[in-house]
This record gives sequence, structure tokens and C-alpha cells, in this order.
Amino acid sequence: MPPPARNCRASPRGATRPSGASPRAACAHLAALGARRLVVVDGHFDLALSDLDALEAGLSIGSLARALADGERNVLARVGAQTGADGDPAYALNTAFMRDGVVITLADGAIVERPIHLAFVHAASSPRAVFARSLITIGAGAKVMIVESHEGAPASDYQVNNATDFAVGARAEVAHLKLTGEAANALHVATQVATIGAQARYSSFTFNVGGALVRNQMFVRCAGEGSTVDLGGVSLLRQRQHADNTLVLDHAFGGCVSREMFKVVLADSSRGVFQGKIIVRPHAQKTDARMMSQALLLSPDAEADNKPELEIFADDVQCGHGATAGAIDADLKFYLMARGIPEAQAEALLIQAFAGEAVETIAHAGLREIVMDAVIAWLKAR
Amino acid sequence: MSEDNEVALLEIRNLHVSVDERLILKGLNLTVNKGEVHAIMGPNGSGKSTLAHVLAGKSHYAVTAGGVTFEGEDLLGLKPNERAAKGLFLAFQYPLEIPGVATMNFLRTALNAQRKTRGEAELTTPDFLKRVRGEAAKLNIDQDMLRRSVNVGFSGGEKKRNEILQMALLEPKLAVLDETDSGLDIDALKVVADGVNHLRSPERGMIVITHYQRLLDHIVPDIVHVLSRGRIVRTGGKELARELEAEGYSAYQEEAA
Ligand SMILES: Nc1ncnc2c1ncn2[C@@H]1O[C@H](COP(=O)(O)OP(=O)(O)OP(=O)(O)O)[C@@H](O)[C@H]1O
Ligand SMILES: [Mg+2]
Repeated sequence: MPPPARNCRASPRGATRPSGASPRAACAHLAALGARRLVVVDGHFDLALSDLDALEAGLSIGSLARALADGERNVLARVGAQTGADGDPAYALNTAFMRDGVVITLADGAIVERPIHLAFVHAASSPRAVFARSLITIGAGAKVMIVESHEGAPASDYQVNNATDFAVGARAEVAHLKLTGEAANALHVATQVATIGAQARYSSFTFNVGGALVRNQMFVRCAGEGSTVDLGGVSLLRQRQHADNTLVLDHAFGGCVSREMFKVVLADSSRGVFQGKIIVRPHAQKTDARMMSQALLLSPDAEADNKPELEIFADDVQCGHGATAGAIDADLKFYLMARGIPEAQAEALLIQAFAGEAVETIAHAGLREIVMDAVIAWLKAR
Repeated sequence: MSEDNEVALLEIRNLHVSVDERLILKGLNLTVNKGEVHAIMGPNGSGKSTLAHVLAGKSHYAVTAGGVTFEGEDLLGLKPNERAAKGLFLAFQYPLEIPGVATMNFLRTALNAQRKTRGEAELTTPDFLKRVRGEAAKLNIDQDMLRRSVNVGFSGGEKKRNEILQMALLEPKLAVLDETDSGLDIDALKVVADGVNHLRSPERGMIVITHYQRLLDHIVPDIVHVLSRGRIVRTGGKELARELEAEGYSAYQEEAA
């Protein structure tokens, strides 16, 4: 068996950097944070390329293919369970075609300091469709950071239908970051399902730069009282890219606090879609939910579509949403230029500030820096 | 004062400017030589800020006739950042808030961009920090303000001091101060005036736009102009400001009508 790949050059079979994004830089960053790297190649969890040494107490990692073959009851139950994504065609397609993925389980109380990096690499030389499902189970009071990166060989044609299911136990703490690079021609649909236990803290941030067409859908359910959910995202799009962030946040229990902040920067004739639905169930009193989505249009040919929805069935709640779309503020740009800053640099500062407001919601400094660096890299390549 | 044969720092000839089809400046002439401090006074809406913005290069203002040279070179064809790099600085009447851009980063980016345009080396971080801290201390600006986003949550007076800090760092050849005194308390006024006076030199010029004599007690001008309805209608020495304070603008508004 070859030694596990711990450096970032080990993208197999020649998969290299796609345009704009910088998963490689992110990967180096993650390595510096001591991340444990697990590699999924074209939908198959590659144990040989993954770092499975010295697993922390309470952490177990395995392949979904193996678990399905062995008929592991917990896994079969999870795959068959009802989720907020039931009825969603992309998720149903994933259920039908997925054969492999990563199964991560944290026992109750397990504290895993090393971030876990799920590197999804698309290296196929011929066009193909890739389906992977990962199951992440976090025990009560456990704590972990999970980073997903998705990248592909630049000139390749492929489509990805990925699903990541989180079951977060009571009082657990989970920070999730998804970095979507992908090749310029790629179609990427990702479903995130999360069930959040009482008093747990769940945060998930989605960063999109790659792919021709990206849809991130999130079905998050507060399944116990008093949890805190932070969802955020930044999409940076150009040319004819299309990215869609769609989320359904279901406050099924009361006393939970949720915050969403999604930003999209649209250059050329790109298109950004945000659909955010917050449901507050009849007994979910004292819910505090706030959602914001903002689009910055850099070109008259770009388009931003925004669809916030609130479905509130409880009366003692605080809920709100806001949505804005606009161009770079000409007066601010003039102020910067009047101080000697050239136009392109002035715009870059303002774009960075716009995206930065969402990036700032990432609590972990290391993860925040990864995203901010990727924003800066995108701006430099603009 | 400069020699007769020396080229003027700023020369404005017959400047006509309109905004949204409405003529605001209607044939304005003004020459500022190196070493001179000019005060421009005039009623609200007479075009003082319009003049300042046109000099700094704000789009949206259409120059329909006349021209402006800066050290003999055409100014109006340059972009705002190019004007700044040549040494023109405008202290805004209403400084803008820029959420998400830290003041320190803004100052460094501006200073280094100007240096780069002029073919000078960028300042090293320690040199930059030393300079900013020194200038900030002189203006009673504390370090915490420098860490915050540009002007966000700053009081009116703090914003004005921040403008002067930028001026002190950028060391312009010509500074245009648009009502920098408004919103300042008496102590801040003194601090700001000291900052401005510190920059006065035989090589530099200034245009101080104000409504009040009290600023001109601290920044004593060489020449005072009255701008009314888009034209300079009177020019005199520093005593003109006192006369205006006593008598108001009614005489000029009628004259210009
Ligand atoms: N962007 C603009 N759009 C429309 N009108 C404008 C614009 N900017 C200035 N004006 C008009 O031009 C005229 C001159 O305005 P300006 O701001 O130059 O006056 P000012 O002399 O600086 O006045 P104040 O003493 O109140 O600062 C005013 O009538 C103003 O309404
Ligand atoms: Mg004005």
C-alpha cells in the first residue's frame, strides 16, 4: 500500500487546478492547520491516498461502499431515513446512484482538534457523472471541523452530484466549510442535509468559484431546542457561470437562533441565484432567525435572482430577511481613486469588503483566512 | 510667493461645469501659485464643492467650456487617481464611510499606489506604521480608529481629522479643503489647523473652502475669494473674510444676478 498522501501535490492522475479558485492554496493552508486529508476520487473514497493514521479517540472513518457491502445497520438506517431533502430530485438521484463516499463517526464527547479535509477530486479523462454520499455522525457534545473541497482537471467534462448528510448530536459543535472549485465546464450539484440536536452549534459556509453550473442545496433542521445555526456563503462568478444557493431551514423546535448571510459577486454575464426558506413550526416559539442575501453586479449583463421566503407558524418569534442587489458604489470608488488608488484596485477593495462581510462570519480564523485568500486570488485573476 | 515666470500650480480658466444639464460653474477663473493659501467663501449652493469635485475628477460633472492646468499640464484629462499621484488632494466636505475596508489598509494602499504611479518604492511596513502613528498622534487620532473601517462609526469631527491625516500622509502639492472646519469643536479645529499649517511650504498651495472666519484665524490665507452663482465675484486679502463675516453675501448675490 502506498503511503498516504499528506501533501497537496498528490492530486491523482494529473488533476490540477481549475480556473480562478485556489483549492491548492486552500489545501496547503489546511495542511498547515494540521488537517487530516481524506481523498475521494471520482466518487470513490480512496483509502490509500487518505490519511487514516492515528485516529483521535472516538473518531472512526470508513468507506460507504464498504459499509453498504457489509450491511452495516446504522449506515443503512441513515441512508434510508427521512430527511428534509426527501422529494428533492437531485437528492433522489444521488440516493439512486451513489455507491461510495466517506463515513465519519464521532463518539459522544469526542473532541477532534485536527480539521478533517474531504478532498473530492475529479480526474476522469473521459466525460462522466459522479455520485458520492458522505455520512457524518457527530455524537452528543462532540466537536469537529469539516472542510470539503471539490476540484477537477481543468479541461475535463463531468458532472457531480454530491451529498453530505450531517447528524449533529445534542450540544455538539460542528464547523463546516465547502470550497467549490471544479473545472470550467463542470456541472456540480451538492446537497447538504443536516439535523441539529438540542443546544448544538452548527455552522456551514459555502464558497463557490468554479464550475459552469453549481447548485448548492442545504436542508437544515433544528431538531432540538436551543441550537445555534450559522449559514453563510460567497460566490464569485464570471463569464457565463451560474451558481445557485438554495436553502431550507426548518425550525422544528423552539429557542433556536439562526443566521444566514449569502453574498454573490457577478461579473460578465454570470448569474447568481439565492433561494432561502425559513420555516418556523407551530411550537417553535422564541425562534430567532435572520437571513440576508446580497448581490454585487459588476456588469450590466450579469443577473441576480433572489427569493427569500418565510413560513412562520408560531407567534412569539423574531424573524427577518433582507435582500439587496446593486453595482459598485460610484461615490465610494471615487473616494478611493481620489486618494490615488487606480480604478481596478479600488474596485477590488470594495468587492473584497463586500465579500468580506460574509467571510467574517466564519468563526475559525484559519478557515476564514482560507476563504479570504481565495477571494483575493479570484480578484487578482479578474 | 512664486516668481512671475514660474508656471502656476493651478490655473483655472473660464471653467463652465454642468450637472444633469444644469450649469453650476459659469466661467470661473482662479490661479494658485506655489506657496499661496487661497480661501474661497460664498453662499450655500454657489458651486464651491462642485469646483472641488471637478478638480479631483469626479465623473457626473460635465466640463462644457474652459480648462484647468496643474503645473502647466492639462488636469481634466487625467483620472482621479492620476491627479492624486500628481499631488492634488481633496479633503471632502462629507467624507464617505467604507464598511469592510480598514483605515490602516486604506491609508497604506493609497500611499503605495501613489508612490508606485510616481515610480517610487513602496514603503516598508515598519516605515509605514511609524509614519502613520506619528501623524495620527499629532492629530489626536487613536490607534483604535485606524483599525476600524474607514469612517464607519466615526463622529463628524473624527471624519474630518481622518481627512487631514490622509493629507498629512500623502503630502500633496495642492490641498483643497472643503469645509474641513464644519463639525469640529474648538480644540479639534486648532489641531486640524496645526496639521494644515504644518504642511504649508513655499512648494505647496492650498485652497481652503469655508464659511467661517474662525478657521481663517488659524489658517491665515494670502488671498480670499468670493464665489457666487458659479463665478468668482470678488478677490481680496485676508481682511475680506472679516468684511464678509460682518456683512454677509447679499451684495454679491445681487451683483451676480
Ligand atoms: N450631483 C448633483 N446633482 C444635481 N445637482 C447638484 C449636484 N451636485 C451639486 N448640485 C447642485 O449644484 C449647486 C452647487 O452645489 P455645491 O455643492 O457646489 O455648493 P456649495 O457652494 O459647496 O454649497 P455649500 O456651502 O452648501 O456646501 C447646488 O445647487 C446643488 O444643488
Ligand atoms: Mg459645499
